[in-house]
Amino acid sequence: MTITDLREGDELPPLPLPKISRTTLALYAGASGDHNPVHIDIDAAREAGLDDVFAQGMLSMAYLGRLLTGWVPQDRIRTYSVRFTAITPLHAEPVCTGRVASIEEADGERRARLDLQVTLDDGTITLRGQALVALT
Amino acid sequence: MARTDSAGLSTPPSTVEVERGRLRLFAKAIGETDPVYTDLGAAGRAGHRDLPVPPTFLFCLEMERPDPFVFLAEAGVDLNRVLHGEQSFTYHALCHAGDTLTFESRITDDYERKGGALRFLVRQTRVTREDEPIADLGSVIVVQQPEAGT
Repeated sequence: MTITDLREGDELPPLPLPKISRTTLALYAGASGDHNPVHIDIDAAREAGLDDVFAQGMLSMAYLGRLLTGWVPQDRIRTYSVRFTAITPLHAEPVCTGRVASIEEADGERRARLDLQVTLDDGTITLRGQALVALT
Repeated sequence: MARTDSAGLSTPPSTVEVERGRLRLFAKAIGETDPVYTDLGAAGRAGHRDLPVPPTFLFCLEMERPDPFVFLAEAGVDLNRVLHGEQSFTYHALCHAGDTLTFESRITDDYERKGGALRFLVRQTRVTREDEPIADLGSVIVVQQPEAGT
């Protein structure tokens, strides 16, 4: 699939991620500046009534961002938005996918509107999103 | 905590310098394999003047202010009851390591659903580089208020 003959319904090459570990969450906490302890400290998670820590939502949005920048140069991305629909538990294996919802003309350029999602190995959709990407 | 309508509340502008080291650590944390985001030579060959700021990292820079959650306290919200509901980015120009960015935020909407069991705060942040628009960020914060549920 090349960008120029892209059509509605075409799928982006999926991005499978390694299993989410405690190290993944600790690294993301430090790198992102989101130090909310519920993602890195099991004591804090239990105090909040949870069984264990869970992944930062913005980590999944960053993974989905990699799906986009792995497909087009970043300066082609016009908008990128997501809705968080479920938490990502420890040891989950997320996969990022996207498909072309429509091809549009706006502001003098051809754009693809993409439907995006992150799905876990048990089928749970943790994040649904959209992006508008310039093709020309 | 007292329920206050927070629509219109704004946070004073803050400025942040984008650091290469932070970008490399972020790339490692998200498993980035494209050298454009970590290697100056690769970035240069792709036409970048320094390491580019990846799509969601602006959200992280927004959290760099000394107290990133002060707006929640001002809105009378307990941080432990907060969920991130939605996040959006509209991009106007790429930015790179070495850039100094200004963040200005305000709450644009504040409403309840399900008989008050859920409260939604909508927050907009404008990011500029010396008055040049870089991006607009939108967040929907969901506050769980189970005691108000019907």
